[in-house]
Amino acid sequence: MSAPDLAALLVRHEVQDFLYREAELLDERRYEEWLELFTDDARYFMPMRRNVPHDEPEREFTREGLDVNWFDEGKDTLARRVQQIRTGIHWAEEPPSRICHMVSNVQILHASPTEIGVKSRFLVYRNRVETETDVLVGKREDLLRRANGSFRIARRKIVLDQSVLLAKNLTFFF
Amino acid sequence: MADLDPGSLDGLVDVDRGTVSREIFVNEEIYRREQEQIFARAWLFVGHESQVPRPGDFAVSSMGEESVILCRDRAGRLHVFLNSCRHRGMKVCRYDEGNTVEFLCPYHGWSYGTDGALVGVPFGKDAYGEQLDKRRWGLIEVAQLENYKGGIWATWDASAPSFFDYLGGYKLYLDLLLDGWDGREGGTEVIGGVHKWLIPCNWKFPAENFSGDRYHGVSHRSVDMVGIGPSGQGRRDMGERNQARWLDVSFPELGHSMIAFLRPHDAPLAPAYEDAPIVADYFRRCEEERHRRRGAQWRLFGGPGTMFPNTSPLARQPRTLAVWHPRGPHQTEVWRWYLVDADAPAEVKDFLRHYYIRYSGPSGLTEQDDMENWNYAHKASRGIIARQYPYNYEMGLGRATRGFEDHGLRLPGAITDVTGATASEHNQRGFYRRWRQFMASASWKELVAP
Repeated sequence: MSAPDLAALLVRHEVQDFLYREAELLDERRYEEWLELFTDDARYFMPMRRNVPHDEPEREFTREGLDVNWFDEGKDTLARRVQQIRTGIHWAEEPPSRICHMVSNVQILHASPTEIGVKSRFLVYRNRVETETDVLVGKREDLLRRANGSFRIARRKIVLDQSVLLAKNLTFFF
Repeated sequence: MADLDPGSLDGLVDVDRGTVSREIFVNEEIYRREQEQIFARAWLFVGHESQVPRPGDFAVSSMGEESVILCRDRAGRLHVFLNSCRHRGMKVCRYDEGNTVEFLCPYHGWSYGTDGALVGVPFGKDAYGEQLDKRRWGLIEVAQLENYKGGIWATWDASAPSFFDYLGGYKLYLDLLLDGWDGREGGTEVIGGVHKWLIPCNWKFPAENFSGDRYHGVSHRSVDMVGIGPSGQGRRDMGERNQARWLDVSFPELGHSMIAFLRPHDAPLAPAYEDAPIVADYFRRCEEERHRRRGAQWRLFGGPGTMFPNTSPLARQPRTLAVWHPRGPHQTEVWRWYLVDADAPAEVKDFLRHYYIRYSGPSGLTEQDDMENWNYAHKASRGIIARQYPYNYEMGLGRATRGFEDHGLRLPGAITDVTGATASEHNQRGFYRRWRQFMASASWKELVAP
């Protein structure tokens, strides 16, 4: 194996480890530590999707910064979501849901000494109270920045594979 | 219950005593009757004209359970069609939106123009000879349609009163949503993208919540603690509300209602939108302009409301319009549009868009908790024991007055002033009074207020 190949392998391994650790923090409800993984200027974006003709793909997604989206926010709003869960009276997450994040298909899109673009798949399972169960599946595109020997998430785009949202709410993170 | 006669509805909905049976939320037969008695007859919100600006533009929507197509034909005229081929019923459009010259049914190939006319029938001459009269087999179209300040409403019932008779005195309150902040008629647009999601409860839970439920503060205490409002606190600006008279406005004979507020005639504008000076500035200038244009009516501003049966304007903070589409007795599909002044500066629109998303819908810090409550209120009302015990709607019984007046400003509707009491269930009673009339009346003749 050549040195560049080895370096690429190492990067993918580092990134995978990072994404798995992140999922662990979420599933263990360590939300404050999870927030720390984001840069202060981070963007967190989940568009809505429409059924459109195959040759009009530009209409399929609602636009970041312009349209109504499922999420289109920065770290400040993410932090408020965490604070709300911690109030203990955010009824939509009290009692807390059981959540499991599966992350796979990790692909490095580009890598420089400072920034790495990575695409992955997610399966988020949420079970709540008794029989209430949601399975949300889709893709993520992250922009990671190297910081202190690890990464920070500078941008996360979440593409959910649904048009009408089949879950009653999005009280959890992707 | 197998049969529903008008007498049995008296037992189920007794608004004079302030009780409503749980049956009307969970009973399959009642749900089926609602589709015929209410959704096939009432005026329903379909969409906004800004979704279909050009000839050939279409947007698929719902009226009750049924899929419809809002379409602007090649000549620029608006139509609402049932989204179902006249031949075998296939949906002629499975896109959410787009621009087209025709709707081609993918089953046998019948095609329809944007005006609904049947224009293409494969092998028409050979297979049908002279039998098929294409003029009789166009897409099924609503009986009446109204474009009111950009909002498109329609009804399947030709005998229904006009949209404006249906709206009645509620027009003043619906205008609080649809008019510009500066008091100009109309002038609002929807931000691109319609929130669409499924919630596990009967459609009347959100409809009555929006009709006038000021009582559910505990639902939202967590978001109030966290603070997502446009001035960085609570979930909205409370300054203007706290100095105002709180009015529960209902039109029981129509079923419409709104939580409204009346500023004192002699107080300055309370601060708002303090997180964004440019928005605060815009808002202040608009309010001054509105004062100049509307005179004493400037003092009136709105909150949530419900236009019978399932359209809920929220006049501001956030400024939205929701439709609660029935999807069986135990499920509702919510669609929500977000409104801004069309000519507001881009920074104002952007600030409001962020606030709207943070507040409303499945990702909104406020509404998430509503949906949890509607979900499990519905679920806990389905049992055979639970159904025997009605819900309580006694709050503020007998306190409503007609002919409300404050310093020369007269307001239409039956109004309960809840400034001191904080809340009443006056609006909800009005909603269910009308619901009962719709369920019991055989024709629009009986439904039109005498």
